[in-house]
Amino acid sequence: MALTKELALFRRTKSLETEIDDFLDKLSESGMVFEHAVKLYLADGRTEEFDEKLRHVNQLESTADRLRRSVETQLYAETLIPESRGDVLGLLENLDSVLNLFEGALWSFSIETPDIPSEYHADYAALTETAVQGVESLVLASRAFFRNIASVSDHMHKVMFYEKEADKVSTKLKRAIFASDLPLSHKVHLRDFVEHIDNVADRAEDVADRLTIYAIKRTV
Amino acid sequence: MDIAVLLFLSSALFLGWALGGNDAANVFGTAVGTQMIRFTTAAVICSVFVVLGAVISGAGPAETLGRLGAVNALAGSFMAAFSAALAVYVMTKFGLPVSTTQAIIGGILGWNLFSETVTDTDTLFKILSTWVLCPLLAAGFAMVLFKMVTAYLRTSRLHLLRTDAYTRLGLILAGAFGAYSLGANNIANVVGVFVASSPFSDFSVFGLATFTAAQQLFLIGGLAIAVGVLTYSKRVMLTVGSGLMPLSPVAAWVVVVAHSLVLILFASEGLERMLAANGLPTIPLVPVSSSQAVVGAVLGIAILKGGRGIRWNVLGGIGMGWVLTPLLAGLVCFIGLFFLQNVFGQTVYRPVPYVLSEPVLERLERAGVKTDRLGELRGQAFSSARRFRQALGERMALTGDDEAKLMAYAEVDPMAIDPARLPDLETSRLSAGQVQAVRGLTGRTFLHTWMLAEALARESGEWRPREKTTENKAHNKRLRKNLDFVFRTFRVGE
Repeated sequence: MALTKELALFRRTKSLETEIDDFLDKLSESGMVFEHAVKLYLADGRTEEFDEKLRHVNQLESTADRLRRSVETQLYAETLIPESRGDVLGLLENLDSVLNLFEGALWSFSIETPDIPSEYHADYAALTETAVQGVESLVLASRAFFRNIASVSDHMHKVMFYEKEADKVSTKLKRAIFASDLPLSHKVHLRDFVEHIDNVADRAEDVADRLTIYAIKRTV
Repeated sequence: MDIAVLLFLSSALFLGWALGGNDAANVFGTAVGTQMIRFTTAAVICSVFVVLGAVISGAGPAETLGRLGAVNALAGSFMAAFSAALAVYVMTKFGLPVSTTQAIIGGILGWNLFSETVTDTDTLFKILSTWVLCPLLAAGFAMVLFKMVTAYLRTSRLHLLRTDAYTRLGLILAGAFGAYSLGANNIANVVGVFVASSPFSDFSVFGLATFTAAQQLFLIGGLAIAVGVLTYSKRVMLTVGSGLMPLSPVAAWVVVVAHSLVLILFASEGLERMLAANGLPTIPLVPVSSSQAVVGAVLGIAILKGGRGIRWNVLGGIGMGWVLTPLLAGLVCFIGLFFLQNVFGQTVYRPVPYVLSEPVLERLERAGVKTDRLGELRGQAFSSARRFRQALGERMALTGDDEAKLMAYAEVDPMAIDPARLPDLETSRLSAGQVQAVRGLTGRTFLHTWMLAEALARESGEWRPREKTTENKAHNKRLRKNLDFVFRTFRVGE
């Protein structure tokens, strides 16, 4: 009786593993779509193609939400991984907040359609790339947390590195914006978008900090 | 069955229940405490496997306990088991982690003292040495296992959830194994003292297998343990989970496996045969304490982690329990026996007299024991082992080996081959030739068991012990068991 229950547990385990992997796929994918969308906006402004990317991220976000809720409910309903399910729950929710930042930034581009002068395009693009790379490293670190705890730190330091790089780019960009002859309202608008993108890298670093603690807890 | 028999067995049931409530927590406590397995699942698995272990592999340690002191009257067995159960209860009240093993040893020693039986110091030493060996072995096993498991988990890159599922399955399997070894090893504590005075007799199940009197006792004891698990172990399990040291589920698994390995090592007759056949030193088959095994295993893991989190006061408490429990049980047993005998008029032991008769002296000569200085003791009877030994000691200095031979040959244990009891042999495990040999002695009486054994050996080759080699050890052991059965059947006054 107990054995058949255990076998059923193995099947459920397999499906849960897949759901967690899917969730991380969605986060990674939305980062790539985000980068693509920002570059499209910088090139041509708000086009049909840009809106298509926005819809794509929207869709990824809602799928990820569904997966996250399903994983969390199962972990608690089946009392799986009792000693680390609180950490897994926290990790998934924090990762989800990164995805929300991608979505929020794209919505702001779509609604506010900022007018970004061409001399800043390169820096905006660089900032976006760095932030997305940070998130990508975070996804790898999270996968390692589930499968290979020892290599979590291999990815972790990259998240920190990209966050610092993003900070440098955003500071440089903000200085350039405020040193220009643009009207103050325009400057403030441009700064808001620098921060929208930079926030992604900052958030990724925050999540990475927590992940470090979760990983230490598991190795002790 | 006599109602008095049930009354006397009740103390064994009490002891079994206490063992189930406390020691079962060692097997599944960490699993239930860490929420990896539900209590009901744990309790059911534990109960079933405790009973199986007790009935199938319980004989080895029970024999050793029997050698320490063959408590030969039911009321005596009752008191020994009752004093042990009481000692466990009192110690637990004071929050000292104790084991039924130490308590029952104390009870038996109390009985030996009261009945003036000589304690077999070899066996006592064997048991005492395992109290040190058992936690050390458990710690060693736990360290090796923990290293192996963590190395495996590092290289295998199992998913967190998969590790969790495997750990759960592992905890269930290890728990079942642990419960089996607990039953096999510790059943001796519960009913071991009743084996020599068992109220049951062997019977055969459809002629396929014989269910020995001892196994029937083990079954009852196992059931008592199972009831203890089902009714009382939940609270203990939940506290064990966090009591010793916070453990991860994987560490919990390691602890259970190490504990079970140690218990089965000290209970397995098969392993003993295997070791003996390969000329390796054997491990004594004795009841060991499952609490000590678990504490040892947890300590092993703690040492691997740099010795952090060891609670030294708990360790001190355990050490004190080792000394106090047997003392308390022995004292209670001695006083209790006095009251049972003098106030309630119960027979708490069957006196074992000794006599240096002609055949005994002759037999001793043949065995190479010098008897010339024992002339004045010729024909004299002694009421107890202690008085006999004292008399011997006054006359001459004997080596331990010679003294053991003297005691064994001079022990009076009258046997009569009563024709009315011959049918009992038909359902036993004796071979046809062996039964025939016993029939040949119908009507004869023997003053000492060895005389009957030698008479049987003269009747049939199937009763002759083989030369003492490791290959023949199993054969001679079987022969010994069959002889014991014949002695039980034809003992005068049984």
